[in-house]
Amino acid sequence: MSAVIEARDLVKTFDADEAPVRAVDHVDLVLEEGETVSVMGPSGCGKSTLLHLLGGLERPDAGEVRLGDRRVDGLSETEWAVLRRRSIGFVFQAFNLVDELTAIENVELPALLLGVPRGRARRNALDLLERLRVAERAGHLPDRLSGGERQRVAVARALVNEPLVVMADEPTGNLDSRATGDILGLFAELRDARQTLLLVTHDARAASIADRLLTMRDGAVVGQTRLDTGTPIERVLAGLVDLGDTA
Amino acid sequence: MQEAILALLAKEPAHGYELRRRLEAALGPAGGALNPGHVYVTLSRLERSGLVREDGRPGLGAHRSRDRHVYELTPAGRERVETWLNDVTWAKVAPVEFHLKLVAAAATGLADPAALVDAQRLELLRRLRDLQELGRAEEEGSTGSLLIEGAALRLQADVRWLEACERHWIEEESR
Repeated sequence: MSAVIEARDLVKTFDADEAPVRAVDHVDLVLEEGETVSVMGPSGCGKSTLLHLLGGLERPDAGEVRLGDRRVDGLSETEWAVLRRRSIGFVFQAFNLVDELTAIENVELPALLLGVPRGRARRNALDLLERLRVAERAGHLPDRLSGGERQRVAVARALVNEPLVVMADEPTGNLDSRATGDILGLFAELRDARQTLLLVTHDARAASIADRLLTMRDGAVVGQTRLDTGTPIERVLAGLVDLGDTA
Repeated sequence: MQEAILALLAKEPAHGYELRRRLEAALGPAGGALNPGHVYVTLSRLERSGLVREDGRPGLGAHRSRDRHVYELTPAGRERVETWLNDVTWAKVAPVEFHLKLVAAAATGLADPAALVDAQRLELLRRLRDLQELGRAEEEGSTGSLLIEGAALRLQADVRWLEACERHWIEEESR
């Protein structure tokens, strides 16, 4: 396995009213190829800022970020824009779809911006919408779609350029319980297909699909551990139901 | 469990194996936790309590095994089902034991409350992961998957409560 993302000693400080706040405080992180990692912690713990630093949406004050075999923390805005488009798929809580474009146009947009020929971009987009079971909504504008469908389209968009890594920031934050289960099923499929995934969330259901969990508190990573224990199904079942009175 | 079996019999008399099959269907993936003897043991208890009786029809095969008995509700059994359906009893929800564990850890200094919270959260997340894997194998929108969703939502709420515990005990510590 090789590292897709490697961060060393990352620091990011924001100015606040009283004193500067260290949102990310000397964080080290390695994301291996094909791995799904969740970052969990209370709001304000720095997990979204960490995702922004790793995805080039913000710049660190100190530390080093490598994407694949390339050091990227010092890249210019223009270089980052190209790199993000080519190598990183983002999924956000608020979907961030372009309201004036249909579902399929939203999905193919990042491919067109990368110079993929129109016909191929359209085919790739349609394939993805089919794979994510939302192809029948391809011609609809986002405001005609349910929350769960919008997030499916957003995931398709994140995948269209076959990114090195998909980064999701609270992807279930705006969804009801049913749609949450639906989107998490989708992420679990991506995980099983060995798509490298970084998931930032305070939702336990979302965090628990990961292979590995990072816990953050006050800008620092305070715990790292594996979640996939390979528990036999009988034990899961036994822990689930208490059939009580006839045992 | 006793009441659930009574309720299944309220529709029509049934064999033990038929009751087991219907119960498994209702439980979905959780039905796998039902052991084969469960239903029969329950039926004999219910029979002793006068809530069900064999309906007197002869068994279907040459050997009258316990599987072949057809059971029906007695009037007392039917009354019990009606009471059960309208009863609003609910499992006690306060996580008292873990709460007292944190209080004890802080008071004695024998363990760090925040570390206990971390360990507990990890355990719940692992269960949640297993549970969701189980749920994914189910057909979407099935009755059985609804039970898995209920279990997952409860674990999720427990994890949120652990976050509140974490905040509280970290603040206590710094006081």
